[in-house]
Amino acid sequence: MTATATSPATTTEQAPEQPPAPVGKRRRHRLGPGEIASRAGIQVLLWVYAAYTLAPLLLMVSDSLRTQPDMVKDPLGLPLEPRWENYVEAWVTGSFGVYIWNSIYITVASVLLSTVCSLLAAYAFARARHPFFKWLEAVFMSGLMMPVYLAILPIFFMFDAWRLISNPIGLILVYAALGIPFSTFVLGTFFRQLPEELEEAARIDGARPLRMFWSVMLPLVRPAIATVVVFRFVPVWNDFFFPMILMRDKATYTIPRGVTQFFGEFQSDFPLIFAGLTIATIPLIILFLVATKQIVAGLTAGMGK
Amino acid sequence: MNTAKRKSSRSTGAGLGFGAGMLFVLPAAALFAVFILVPLVTAAGYSFFNWAGLHNEGFAGLDNYVTLFTKPPYRDQVWPALGHNLLLFIGAMLFQNTLGLAIATFLHRFDRLRRFFQTIYTMPYLVSPLVIGYLWSLMLSPLFGPVNNLLKQIGLGEFAHPWLGDPNTAIWMVALITAWQWLGFPILLYGAAIAGIPQELGEAASIDGATPAKRFWHITFPLLAPAIGTVSILTFIGAMESFPIPFAIGGSKGDPAYSTDVLSLLFYRTGFAADNGGHIGVASAIATLLFLFIFGVAVVARRMLDRVERRLT
Repeated sequence: MTATATSPATTTEQAPEQPPAPVGKRRRHRLGPGEIASRAGIQVLLWVYAAYTLAPLLLMVSDSLRTQPDMVKDPLGLPLEPRWENYVEAWVTGSFGVYIWNSIYITVASVLLSTVCSLLAAYAFARARHPFFKWLEAVFMSGLMMPVYLAILPIFFMFDAWRLISNPIGLILVYAALGIPFSTFVLGTFFRQLPEELEEAARIDGARPLRMFWSVMLPLVRPAIATVVVFRFVPVWNDFFFPMILMRDKATYTIPRGVTQFFGEFQSDFPLIFAGLTIATIPLIILFLVATKQIVAGLTAGMGK
Repeated sequence: MNTAKRKSSRSTGAGLGFGAGMLFVLPAAALFAVFILVPLVTAAGYSFFNWAGLHNEGFAGLDNYVTLFTKPPYRDQVWPALGHNLLLFIGAMLFQNTLGLAIATFLHRFDRLRRFFQTIYTMPYLVSPLVIGYLWSLMLSPLFGPVNNLLKQIGLGEFAHPWLGDPNTAIWMVALITAWQWLGFPILLYGAAIAGIPQELGEAASIDGATPAKRFWHITFPLLAPAIGTVSILTFIGAMESFPIPFAIGGSKGDPAYSTDVLSLLFYRTGFAADNGGHIGVASAIATLLFLFIFGVAVVARRMLDRVERRLT
């Protein structure tokens, strides 16, 4: 209360000396009772929606630790005696060990490949003057709006001819190509913000383009690389459309492809299904917790385009 | 030749010469051409040929397109499927983007809590849409589903319903589940856009006596127009491409009774499903039309949006 009363006086006094600081202060101090009530009301709504967001995920984990009869009796109950065996059973009968390894291998390789290719291309887009590069960049950018999965039939025939069906290399190449529009877009924006004087200095020292790119530019775009890598990781890890069609051999299934198989086989064993779904989700929750910043940056990157 | 180019680029200052630039773009361009552009063009080509199983049997003109719109089962499935896609778009605009805008506006008033709530709301985006579809199909199960159980426990038992078994409610459930997964996206985008609006505008208006609601409609909302446009375009693309969640809920036939069928499912069924598989020509016709529709609308909308944006600034 006292703060509210004194704040107009202090702001008028301080305003000429240091204008930016009092603005924030004044805003915080001016909260009247009505404002406080509406803020409290809004906070309640925000918590309610947060509960709605988290409840299904928490329920998935909770039910994965229960027994079938217990679940049918009380669907909202808690796992008072957690059954960790469900996870062992899901892991073994669902071959999740195989799928997780395939997912890691395919995701890491494809994200690496697409990031390296996109880095090189984005650098050229930012620095090459010839109009051809402007045109090529526009072609890449249009890829952001293309429903590429509709090209699956020709890809299937191509892979059939090249013996890439049920071959991780094929999936890696497709995912790498799919990542190029977004990755060149984010990296290109970043390269353009770097002053050209950097390269001029290096050029005077006799550095060739590739060397300059490697030792001068790359270290400076590290934050953008992190964004691209983390953000591309998610859709590649989660995709099941391409594996469903291109991976015919169970030994080459990725996690989402394996989950469809698993769900079909154990449809009536709910705790086991929940355990399988949780196994498929845990790697991404971990990724999210360590790299929230990059995920948020990736999601908001679409604003610039 | 190469050295000459490099020399000329050196003399022009910081730019990259044509030859060096070509080497830099080559790997990305090759990947993009071989695995995206060429297959897309080839898919359009397939739609003009007769196919017997996996064999190309010669030029067919527009036969596949005629088949799609005049012969069963396609002619009976293509329009409802398109209708469901459009319904998913409307549902996303209603549930996901309006609520997203409201929450982003609310969150803007909090400093410390904003990041925390944004993180929670974004979490479902991370989970595979397929897993989310399966998870919600169990949540909404009529037998032991927690949703119906919760309704009974809070005294709303008469609202308990086989949500996914009823053809009238199933597609709306798909829309709600999609919104549940994607809500973090409009919250983050609108949040970033709201943060970019100069504070003085709102303060000036509130000094003039404008209520928060008025301030929102007359200041925040118009300034968010470009962000709303971007979100709408991305929502349109997402709704038209919808596949994993309907697949997890209703399988490849859009159960119950094709009520969750969408164009991508029809495409998949026509091209790959075993019982009527091998209709590569018709599947390619669906792919071509759907591609032109999604890409065409997105490009035109983008152009219009850029024009509006230029007029605003």
